[in-house]
Amino acid sequence: MSYDSFKGDLRDLYQELILDHNQNPHNFREIEGANHKSEGFNPLCGDRMTAYINIDADVIEDISFLGTGCAISKASASIMTTILKGKTVKEAREIFKKFHRMVTTGDADIQDLGKLAALAGVHKFPARVKCATLAWHTVKNSLDGISVVATTE
Amino acid sequence: MTLAVARMPAVSRGGNNIRLLDTDTIRKDFPLLSRKVRGKPLTYLDNAATSQKPQAVINKITEFYQQYNANVHRAIYAIGEQATLEYESAREKVARFINAWDTNSVVFTKGTTESINLVAYSWGRHNLGPGDEILITEMEHHSNIIPWQLAARATGATLRYIPIRQNGTLTLDDPGEYFTDKTKLVALIHQSNVFGTINPVREIARLAKDVNALVLVDAAQSVPHSPVDVRALGCDFLAFSGHKMLGPSGVGVLCARPELLAAMEPFMGGGEMINSVTMEESTWNEPPWKFEAGTPNIAQAIGLGAAIDYLETISIDAIEEHERALTQYALDTLSAIPEVTIYGSEVNRGGLVSFNVENVHPHDLAQILDQKGIAIRAGHHCAQPIMQKLDVPATARASFYLYNTPAEIDVLCDGIMESINFLT
Ligand SMILES: Cc1ncc(COP(=O)(O)O)c(C=O)c1O
Repeated sequence: MSYDSFKGDLRDLYQELILDHNQNPHNFREIEGANHKSEGFNPLCGDRMTAYINIDADVIEDISFLGTGCAISKASASIMTTILKGKTVKEAREIFKKFHRMVTTGDADIQDLGKLAALAGVHKFPARVKCATLAWHTVKNSLDGISVVATTE
Repeated sequence: MTLAVARMPAVSRGGNNIRLLDTDTIRKDFPLLSRKVRGKPLTYLDNAATSQKPQAVINKITEFYQQYNANVHRAIYAIGEQATLEYESAREKVARFINAWDTNSVVFTKGTTESINLVAYSWGRHNLGPGDEILITEMEHHSNIIPWQLAARATGATLRYIPIRQNGTLTLDDPGEYFTDKTKLVALIHQSNVFGTINPVREIARLAKDVNALVLVDAAQSVPHSPVDVRALGCDFLAFSGHKMLGPSGVGVLCARPELLAAMEPFMGGGEMINSVTMEESTWNEPPWKFEAGTPNIAQAIGLGAAIDYLETISIDAIEEHERALTQYALDTLSAIPEVTIYGSEVNRGGLVSFNVENVHPHDLAQILDQKGIAIRAGHHCAQPIMQKLDVPATARASFYLYNTPAEIDVLCDGIMESINFLT
């Protein structure tokens, strides 16, 4: 890997952790019989993503994704799955809010966001915010589906 | 599909069988090309999206605002007359440039998109009905798809597509399947903004004429880069944009057969396009003014006239040859990178190359190249049906013009190699 000719901002965007997750995405698989599945589409670049989630008693037991995307969207999805596994739906929503604030404003509480902080540089590249949030919007659709079910019960 | 290593190196710098333009001189005419981007010289390879402007065009627009800014066709005073004269002389230049039927067959619009919509409304809404078919191709830009989807929905006509092959060429083996008595209009792209394919418009126009269908040509990517003779093409409507041919944004052209323009209903209503207006009804001005409601983009049209003057001093034939050589060089050098897949056919192609790099998403590639001052396109190029056909979400695209050089293509290739090292 050579950073020689890419200095400054580009390194902020493509941090080592992001490049790693892009090459070796975690939870990049289908969950057979997942009780939640949703699709995300970024019409701007044509990227598509499918998120699979198993939720049991309001806890995200397992979460995975498949699809095509740029390094930012793939790494964001990959890191997201590692962070959300084991969280409650409510916690997941909180993290999404903080993550969204971080990638749009750069304002981040590193403690709360952990590895997601690697995506903080995205806020300097407004055209890439949609890439970073595609997986999150996809998952949120599933979670919103849940709350609908939850309120009717 | 990966393009096999190209057949012959058309550009070996230092060789003498190539007819490249004198880019050192030409580049001096384009002030923007000498600026630095992110500390690097700008390598502008997104000409299919829009072109840069020569000083002569910028000067002409400034001249209008500084010396004869007035509304056209209305003022009974010197600067108003001068503005009208310049505006109408731009129309004459356009007409000459594309060998239009006559000067008044040139309608100024705001661009290709508006030109096609004008036909879809003024002709389409009044001449199409249930049972009629509009025939387009699978390689159209969205601006030559959506207006026809809307027209089909409004009139009950059916929209059909001539299929394309994986290499971006039309399948015309069985024309009888597509060109029938039901076909009322054939609308197609002259040069593909994704594959670079130059479509056999004359042949298609003949097939259309055999079934009495009209032909609309989206010439957004051909008029700026090659000699286009609207009458020789055999089409009825030709649409293109000023901003892709060194002119300013905000002006484009619809050139149409005079008898069609005369018979067509107006597109928009307002000032300029009327003859007489009473409270009850109005009569229309003659074409082309019938289709130019309201104050037109005067400075932009005059600027387009200056762009045509500039293109003619360089020679559009020489520009075409320059781009052909550059494209061959780009195909040669890009296909030497094993990770690169090039889309499109090897023959009959214009000055652009769409490609993908294994394991490097086009967005990441464009972002990394930007850091090196290189501007290329990444995305679906307003042609989502093509992306579906190729089964890719997006492609990268480098597109050339008269000021690009083989050295810039080397810079692009170096940047691609570095991006591969960086991301994989
Ligand atoms: C082939 C083609 N048709 C139509 C258009 C639309 O042109 P405009 O946006 O200037 O109306 C473009 C430009 O992107 C194009 O490449």
